[in-house]
Amino acid sequence: MTLYIIRRLLWAVLVVNVVVFITFLVFFKLPNGNPALRFVGKFPTQENIQLAEQRLHLNRPFYIEYFYFVKNFFAGDEYGWPGLGYSYGNYVSVRSEVLQRAPRTLFLIAGAATIWLIFGVAIGVLSAVRRRTAVDRAAMGFALFGISAPVFWLGLMALFLIWKKLGLTDGSGYTPIDQGIGHWFGHLILPWTVLALLYIAIYARLTRNNLLETLGEDYIRTARAKGLSERRVILKHGLRASLTPIVTIFGLDMALLVGGAIITESVFNIQGLGWLAYNGAITQDLPSVLGVVICTATAVALANLIVDILYAFLDPRVRYA
Amino acid sequence: MAATPGSTSTLLEVRNLTVRFRTRDGVVQAVSDLSFSLRRGDTLGVVGESGSGKSVTSLAVMGLLNRAYADIEGEILFEGRDLLKLSPAELREVRGRDVSMIFQDPFACLHPMYRVGDQIAEAVRAHQDVPKKQAGDRAVELLGAVGIPNAKVRARDYPHQFSGGMRQRAMIAMALVHNPDVLIADEPTTALDVTVQAQILELIDRVKREFDVGVILITHDLGVVAETATHVMVMYAGRSVEQGIASEIFGSAQHPYTWGLLESMPSVERKLDVLVPIEGSPPSLLHPPSGCAFHPRCNYRFEPCSSKLPSLEPIAGGHLDACHLSPERKREVWRTKIAAEIGAPA
Repeated sequence: MTLYIIRRLLWAVLVVNVVVFITFLVFFKLPNGNPALRFVGKFPTQENIQLAEQRLHLNRPFYIEYFYFVKNFFAGDEYGWPGLGYSYGNYVSVRSEVLQRAPRTLFLIAGAATIWLIFGVAIGVLSAVRRRTAVDRAAMGFALFGISAPVFWLGLMALFLIWKKLGLTDGSGYTPIDQGIGHWFGHLILPWTVLALLYIAIYARLTRNNLLETLGEDYIRTARAKGLSERRVILKHGLRASLTPIVTIFGLDMALLVGGAIITESVFNIQGLGWLAYNGAITQDLPSVLGVVICTATAVALANLIVDILYAFLDPRVRYA
Repeated sequence: MAATPGSTSTLLEVRNLTVRFRTRDGVVQAVSDLSFSLRRGDTLGVVGESGSGKSVTSLAVMGLLNRAYADIEGEILFEGRDLLKLSPAELREVRGRDVSMIFQDPFACLHPMYRVGDQIAEAVRAHQDVPKKQAGDRAVELLGAVGIPNAKVRARDYPHQFSGGMRQRAMIAMALVHNPDVLIADEPTTALDVTVQAQILELIDRVKREFDVGVILITHDLGVVAETATHVMVMYAGRSVEQGIASEIFGSAQHPYTWGLLESMPSVERKLDVLVPIEGSPPSLLHPPSGCAFHPRCNYRFEPCSSKLPSLEPIAGGHLDACHLSPERKREVWRTKIAAEIGAPA
């Protein structure tokens, strides 16, 4: 098991490296103007541009730049370890930018994930048990709405109604948790809900379909034949077996949101990692983009590993296979 | 059904059981007007092809048919109580405690993610308020009783670590947890290797004696019935076409369908080239044939068979059968043709 984990971790390092390399390739090979031009400010002189190009290694082939980046990443740079360089946009260390943004995104994801997991699975179970009744139809109708409604629209509607009109929450923006848990919560509850809504819909459908499939299995009939209560049959025997695919998707969803909650972060002005990546992309700020790419790629690789390890605990057949 | 020596009170009595499923394509009558009874110590072999209503009958007795989709008529009397009139909660009390069941595919019937011992212990605790430890001990004890070696260790295994035969043994152990009165075995050997089949049948027979239960053994294999059943019911298209004491059925079968089953049954003495298959396939229950459902495949059909449903009539020896042929004609066919072919005494 330990050997397996080490092998997987080494593999993850390789994957992240490849992703970074591809990001470099895309950045340097796409015709998107010279980043040095942006770097030197409003009144560029030829000298300044050359100086900037030298400083940013932009006059060298991209793989040299890549090499410098990897070297700095592992060895650290003047801002500490891991070295991520500094932003072309505002000349601050990307490392500190990422460290400042990351908690916002992580809190956003963790809160939303808690909500969507609880409600998604609960609605899915209810829907499966009350199959083809009004409850099921209402739940699946809601799921369709959740999947179809765009987050930017939902987010703005929620802000308008619940914050502006009713004044029930704090509006857009973000208050760090150490500045008062009340405002931290007040700012996050709407983004949590809006982000969760989409996933509640997806997880409700997933849970419903998995559970319905499982409830048709022979071992469910055995459980009923034992004389177990229907509640126990569904929650202990049915849900247990339907859980494995949900765990897989849950891990990946969480990981992808690390850099991917851009719309939610924008609508609610949370300025997390997604926001950093988005800003970096439109201002040709390669180091910022790379910082987020590394976070996301690492999250995906780790999530995959965690899911695989969890699998062995969830399904005994994996353990001995 | 006639009393056999040694049999005691009637445990289970099914009267005029009819089961209909409403489907998109129409009503499917899976079981029609079925009556039989079971005593302690009896093994009732229920025989028939796929779709003859054997499994539906057993599921009806277990109360495992979803009443939202299945219309069930008739009576299923267990120790005088009509199981069809019980509430779901009352039925749950009976299920697994008084009447228990083992199924065809032991690979699919155990939950893949729980330990075998825990699954049996759960059955203990379903009807008995005992500590987990005690339930676990009972599970180990029963696993030992059904012939799992080193039961204490094997109880901690997951189903995929068991062989097919061991899984079926575990299912039997689970069914015996509360010393049930009735054990229903639905094709218990179909999914197993031939050598294991015999062991499982022996085990069921031993369990019947040791736990003093009545067994309903559902199978499509007359050979299985011949080995263990005391009584036989032959089903076709949801109806009983012939039923009686096993020795009567094997000694003087009366129904052309039973003859067909006997003729197509291989045995060590018979060579494959003398096996006579029943031509055609079982009828659709959505559009069953008129009259006797077997008439399109019957070699002895004559004029009333396609229009009039033969009723189940008693003949000699407490034996019932449903066929328009005259008793003399049936005896003659049996004596001159069937008995000779299958090597039974005429």
